[in-house]
Amino acid sequence: MALFTPTDEQTQVLDMVKDFCKKEIDPVARELEQKDEYPHEIVEKMKELGFFGFTIPEEYDGIGIDFVTYSLVIEEITRHWMSVAGILNSHLIMAYIVEKYGTEEQKNSFLPKFATGECRGGLALSEAEAGTDVQNISTKAEKNGEHYIVNGSKMWITNARYGNTFILATKTDTKIKPRYKGISLFLIQKGESGFIVQKDIEKLGYKGVKTSEIVFENFKVSSNQLIGGEEGKGFKQVLGGLELGRVNVAARGLGLARAAFEDAIRYAQERKTFGKPIAEHQAIQLKLGEMGTKLEAARLLTMNAATKLQEGERSDLEAGMAKLFATEAGFELSSEAMRIHGGYGYTKEFNIERYYRDSPLMLIGEGTNEIQKIVISKGLTEKYKI
Amino acid sequence: MDIYVLLKRTFDTEEKIVVSDGRIEDESAEYIINPYDEYSVEEAIKQRDELGGEVTIVTVGDEEAEKQLRTGLAMGADKAVLINTEDDLEDGDQYSTAKILQIYFEDKEADLILGGNVAIDEASGQVGPRLAEALGINYVTTITALEIDGDTAKIDKDVEGDVEKIETSLPLLVTCQQGLNEPRYPSLPGIMKAKKKPLEELEIDDLDLDEDDVEAKTETIEVFLPPEKEAGRVLEGEIDDQVKELISLLKDDAKLL
Repeated sequence: MALFTPTDEQTQVLDMVKDFCKKEIDPVARELEQKDEYPHEIVEKMKELGFFGFTIPEEYDGIGIDFVTYSLVIEEITRHWMSVAGILNSHLIMAYIVEKYGTEEQKNSFLPKFATGECRGGLALSEAEAGTDVQNISTKAEKNGEHYIVNGSKMWITNARYGNTFILATKTDTKIKPRYKGISLFLIQKGESGFIVQKDIEKLGYKGVKTSEIVFENFKVSSNQLIGGEEGKGFKQVLGGLELGRVNVAARGLGLARAAFEDAIRYAQERKTFGKPIAEHQAIQLKLGEMGTKLEAARLLTMNAATKLQEGERSDLEAGMAKLFATEAGFELSSEAMRIHGGYGYTKEFNIERYYRDSPLMLIGEGTNEIQKIVISKGLTEKYKI
Repeated sequence: MDIYVLLKRTFDTEEKIVVSDGRIEDESAEYIINPYDEYSVEEAIKQRDELGGEVTIVTVGDEEAEKQLRTGLAMGADKAVLINTEDDLEDGDQYSTAKILQIYFEDKEADLILGGNVAIDEASGQVGPRLAEALGINYVTTITALEIDGDTAKIDKDVEGDVEKIETSLPLLVTCQQGLNEPRYPSLPGIMKAKKKPLEELEIDDLDLDEDDVEAKTETIEVFLPPEKEAGRVLEGEIDDQVKELISLLKDDAKLL
């Protein structure tokens, strides 16, 4: 890790997380995953230890850890079970948006509760007809005195089942052009009527953490929960939040790549065919060499993007590249790890099939890799303009 | 209550260890708080939370041990002391450590001193008892329960799997056995707070000790890894014959019967 020498404090955080993953996540991950059970116990312990305050500044009772350490934490957790990282990620993006764009009142009343995990949740952004194309959302918030009345529905919402606080993206103006100027974000909480968490969506992977559909029927939100206090700023706020989102999706891709690589290189030394460990066969060596290199490159790109974000530099290009490369690495390495494991990799006795099911989500989430390439290309053309 | 914890930084025996030239290669090993000392830290914090007072963690070692001390502070201890012997002591042994601690504790008014039952590296289990002897205080080793009421301590002591109930009085030194408690993780806020907690560094000079005073009484001749575990043998044939063969193997080969 030549690019990054952790301080004692960062080392302590990473050591603790490592220890926690080994003792609390590793022993139960396969069973909970296969039963598609929410890891309540792990979440409770993470709450006690302060995980939900990772990137929230100390002045708001958070931990205030830097984004580089944070990305390494997410890598570590994902290496053991991606779903647990997912529970943290959307919560911390929510906190990041509030910290960056919220009013003083919103920051003071919500961030300390986010940090303890008392208020826990994520983003209610996507809809059936609006994913990467955020502008196309149709959930409406209409002003009515001191309140807004929300109607519409949201899809793929992480933490909807067991969380209680969310950032909701709505249209406060459906006529304005360009369309993105009509988007406004609200901090919403369960409790008021008209907030209905419908069915959990059945998925290929990313099990345990429930991904649900939410329906709003005349759901009432107070005006002071409009993020930043001004209508029409939502699009910019979402994009700002996704800067952190992309770094942590990159870190999850990286975590999966590492899991696949570590399992594969271990297995390749244990498993023998034709009288020697398969790691001594050239066919496997070619794979391991390439996998290890991709893993290293994914880590460096992710840490580079995290460093830029930490230093407050514009990092959309780097974050996009890290997201693209690291998530593709996660996907490719889990499939290579399956080939190295042969039939065993296809069974539920090993974790490889889980990586194989979890990794495609990272290609799609937080802006598909196709859109990443387009955004990267546009950024590069701007940078190299003649 | 003035509570002290004796803590040792040691290599992790669950990780890979490389021995060369009769030494464990520093580079290859992972270093941790001796797991039995984690029970001590946990117990000290619990007793303090119940009875009030302060927990101080003391280690004899080198600069590197600061990391383990910080972890102890992050778990909830109040202060840490590193007695750094790097420049003065080439190879200490249990005698050296106990002697240094004895001098350190002479002007302290410790009510309770906790240490691990053994350190997982050398597993001698001597430093605690030696220190208690030198200080002239009561001690109980391998404890699995501790209840303090005023000056009285009620203790469960593990005796090869059985429990011995002991009542004794403070000041007291105990060594902690597995089962005493479940050590907590250092919480993230704890880690952040730990950097502001006092960590004092002393050298043996500061304790008015000379190198000669703490010179090791023993010499390490050789360090080697245990032999690789060999593959087992599966006996074959009729059950009766297998039993006979097993008994004769245990008698003649293994000399266990």
